[in-house]
Amino acid sequence: MVQLTLPKNSRITTGKTWPKPEGATNVRKFQIYRWNPDDGQNPRVDTYFVDMDTCGPMVLDALIKIKNEIDPTLTFRRSCREGICGSCAMNIDGINTLACIYGMDEIKGDVKIYPLPHMPVIKDLIPDLTHFYAQHASIMPWLETKTNRPAKEWKQSIEDREKLDGLYECVMCASCSTSCPSYWWNGDRYLGPAALLHAYRWIIDSRDEATGERLDELEDPFKLYRCHTIMNCAKTCPKGLNPAKAIAEIKKMMVDRAV
Amino acid sequence: MADVNRGDRPLSPHLSIYRPQMTSVSSIMVRITGIAALAVSFFVVWWLLAAATSESAFNFIDGLMRSWLGDLVMFLAAWAIYYHMLGRLRHVIWDLGYCVDVEVSEKLGIGMFILATILTFVTVLAV
Repeated sequence: MVQLTLPKNSRITTGKTWPKPEGATNVRKFQIYRWNPDDGQNPRVDTYFVDMDTCGPMVLDALIKIKNEIDPTLTFRRSCREGICGSCAMNIDGINTLACIYGMDEIKGDVKIYPLPHMPVIKDLIPDLTHFYAQHASIMPWLETKTNRPAKEWKQSIEDREKLDGLYECVMCASCSTSCPSYWWNGDRYLGPAALLHAYRWIIDSRDEATGERLDELEDPFKLYRCHTIMNCAKTCPKGLNPAKAIAEIKKMMVDRAV
Repeated sequence: MADVNRGDRPLSPHLSIYRPQMTSVSSIMVRITGIAALAVSFFVVWWLLAAATSESAFNFIDGLMRSWLGDLVMFLAAWAIYYHMLGRLRHVIWDLGYCVDVEVSEKLGIGMFILATILTFVTVLAV
């Protein structure tokens, strides 16, 4: 359901302002969401100052620098630092993206960092993605076949393989789903752009033999049809993919098979 | 989602921190204009009903509708109806599988604002 305000335990308070680095001339201000599960307090926004002359260009570089040099308790997920693992997805400067491939030169003014929107927070910038992953699992993200297994591999023409371009690149970072107002209000039942993009990736795979079952599974007022083509998903995708288009194609296939 | 939210976890902020996007703003405006147009339609119904009821009842609502406030509300309602109609048209285009693309949709969104404004002024001049 639409709930515009945050629950009582989630309202954000002003946090600590950490000292400026000494002798630094090129300092940038960072405002970062903090929540500690152990102290029983509400979330807060802490202020940090980072010396840009000794910092790498990406937002993740600054986060790691803060953790190394200012506040070791700052908690966030990160791994590959090159936009392929999807771990460091967070809300930076008002949009969802991957901290490792978002340059600080793209941001005007102070750098504001929050966890992915409308998710339960485990700690600081780490959201609980359990439900998000369960939704992905529910669309059967694997090749479903009925005919006998071929002697070698399941073959596919070059043209059919090209249909998967713009879909297989998804790294499941959850930026799109958590940018979607429909997912905010109905995320418990609406599958969201990421899971639906993956659903379409298997629906149009020429080797897959469960297209009918897949469409049956999605034919639901909430699972699929809570998409209102708002397109925040495509706008924010750090990999430049278009989940809205994939969802529109699924909707079209629903109509095509009904008429 | 109750079972996954152990330990009274807070909900991360959403509307308050997400930067308004051309995509989302033009989308929510379709809903707002739809609801606004519905609200104004009650006044039109009232106007017609009053005309069938009595002279005094009609004079009251007719005076309200013809006042500067009534003119302003009707002007905005005309804009809302045009915007809503264009927004619906954009949905038809999308549902046919065309223009589901951020850049084109943003241009269509701006186009909806401009065209609704032009149509409103044309209506005002014509009436």
